[in-house]
Amino acid sequence: MSDRIFGGVGLLFASLFIWAAFHIELSFISDPVGPRTFPIIIAIVMAISSVFIIFKPDVEPEWPRLGRMMEILAAAGVMVAYALALPIAGFLIATAVAAAFLTWRLGTTPLWSIVSGTLTSIGIYTVFHLILGLSLARGPFGF
Amino acid sequence: MESLNSLLNGFAVALTWQHIFLAFVGCFLGTIIGALPGLGPSNGVAILIPLAFTLGLEPTAAMILLTSVYYGAMYGGRISSILLNIPGDEPALMTTLDGYPMAQQGRAGEALSLSGVASFVGAFFATWGLVFLAPQLVKVALLFGPAEYFALFALAFATLGGITSKNQAKAAFAAALGIVIAMVGVDGQTGVPRFTFGEVHLYDGIDFLVAIVGLFALSEVFLFLEHRGDGTGEGKSAKVSIGRITPSWALLKSCTPTMLRSSFIGFIAGVLPGAGASLGSFISYSLEKKMVDKDGTFGTGDPRGVAAPEAGNNAAAGGALVPMLALGVPGSGTTAVLLAMLLALNITPGPLLFISNPDVVWGLIAALFLGNFMLLAMNIPMVGMFVRVLLIPPRILMPIVAMISFVGIYGISGSTFDLMVMIVFGLLGWVLRKLDVPLVPVILGILLGNNMEDNLRRAMTISDGDWSALLSSPLAIGLWIVSITGFVLPILLGGIIRRRMRRDDIGAVKD
Repeated sequence: MSDRIFGGVGLLFASLFIWAAFHIELSFISDPVGPRTFPIIIAIVMAISSVFIIFKPDVEPEWPRLGRMMEILAAAGVMVAYALALPIAGFLIATAVAAAFLTWRLGTTPLWSIVSGTLTSIGIYTVFHLILGLSLARGPFGF
Repeated sequence: MESLNSLLNGFAVALTWQHIFLAFVGCFLGTIIGALPGLGPSNGVAILIPLAFTLGLEPTAAMILLTSVYYGAMYGGRISSILLNIPGDEPALMTTLDGYPMAQQGRAGEALSLSGVASFVGAFFATWGLVFLAPQLVKVALLFGPAEYFALFALAFATLGGITSKNQAKAAFAAALGIVIAMVGVDGQTGVPRFTFGEVHLYDGIDFLVAIVGLFALSEVFLFLEHRGDGTGEGKSAKVSIGRITPSWALLKSCTPTMLRSSFIGFIAGVLPGAGASLGSFISYSLEKKMVDKDGTFGTGDPRGVAAPEAGNNAAAGGALVPMLALGVPGSGTTAVLLAMLLALNITPGPLLFISNPDVVWGLIAALFLGNFMLLAMNIPMVGMFVRVLLIPPRILMPIVAMISFVGIYGISGSTFDLMVMIVFGLLGWVLRKLDVPLVPVILGILLGNNMEDNLRRAMTISDGDWSALLSSPLAIGLWIVSITGFVLPILLGGIIRRRMRRDDIGAVKD
């Protein structure tokens, strides 16, 4: 079933892509093929493979349970928050928090996660900023 | 002769202190990355590319670092195969079959050092193969016009799904998806924005480094989150005693023919586009089993069963660099990632590379020789240290991988938007991996999509819109025939080979 849904989504995506390709404006300079043709060819390849996937699906993959699914989404959410926080909180603080969260969710006890997250952050800061001279995001305290 | 002279010049480039140091660091990190279960050469190189980039290394130095990581990871993959029965990366799968039984018999040290030597032999011969074959291929490639290049790209896509991927429809879908992603941005020929939805950030297109790091490194983090507590790698540590480390001459001598044969076969498998190291190690092992395993000792800890796949996969790793450097078409997943690096450095691989940047190519090849000797030196006496790395649990390691990925991408662009795109690619990579859609064609599509379109449009401009121009030369027709065969053949043969691979795999688990 997963593959059938996947093929359906692929087909939908390919149609949208063809529709979008037809709406690419043409400029006055153009070659015989133009900017529309190649995307349309590729979308057709995509549509054909989607149809094959729908008609000949593989064995159903093992999807994680809802809880685990939320876990993955939460991790992605924390990563987004981390990306947004980087320019505000600075590298050291943001990284320590994000790394501690991931370590905790991967099964470390909360206290050790904080230790590990802090050490990860300081370690990366030392190696990449202090030793290799890479400029990392600066926070309000200058690090 | 010409090649040898160029190689000597390459050594002059490679043998500076900075390059030797980078090769050393690359080999060392590569071995560790390869040894850790779950992190293979493609992830390792993917994480390190943005870093090499932000550190402002010049092209030769960056390539030396990354190819050393590549070779190092190919060496390291065997360590967890032998000690834990978990392949560090896919090509090391076959090494578990005899490596782990050897370790159980208390011969782990012997298996590790023998496989180290076999890795060296494989990589050494493959690097020589690269020296002689790549310039020949360049001569052929100089005959290529836009139509032939277009056919060549089609060939790369057609074969990359290859024998190791399960479903050709999915491989084709993956390639198309990659090309679709490449289409985002301003069209190079006419300056018209495409698929940008008016978002200014997207006018430059999606940076392939962002996509690669997301697809490979972050999706790995998500996979670990999903399988937390399932016992993947966690809690298993190298408990087996290592035993004697240096292999005896008698053992080396008895394995020499195996290593030589497997190097040759592995190299050929590597050169073929799309086949890559996994196939190299698989074919070497099965052929060796057919040839020498008269009393059925393969699979029960036969040293030749360790030497064959290791020589095979390292030779394939070297072989895969041939089409990547000479034609700009990668022969495997990791070389696709290395290709991204070259493109990011504004160096276009392909026949002109040997003419316009000989110092980069030959410096790189010389560095491979250098790195190979370093790896041999590291992997025999220092193997105990690498073994200890296996004690780091993934729950500590994966967050570090994630954070380093962020550092690398943020270092390149300093843009929060790119980090968001990377996270989206991480999730996409996770879904695609769950659905068994191969990631390498996606990467290849992102990398080569624009190039493929440019060549198509150039060919059409020359012929004034006559599509039959795509089939106008014997070379182009030949390439199309090979690509169609390359796409169809795995549908017929793939099932058989995969069934064998699986059967061997199950056999190993039962032992």
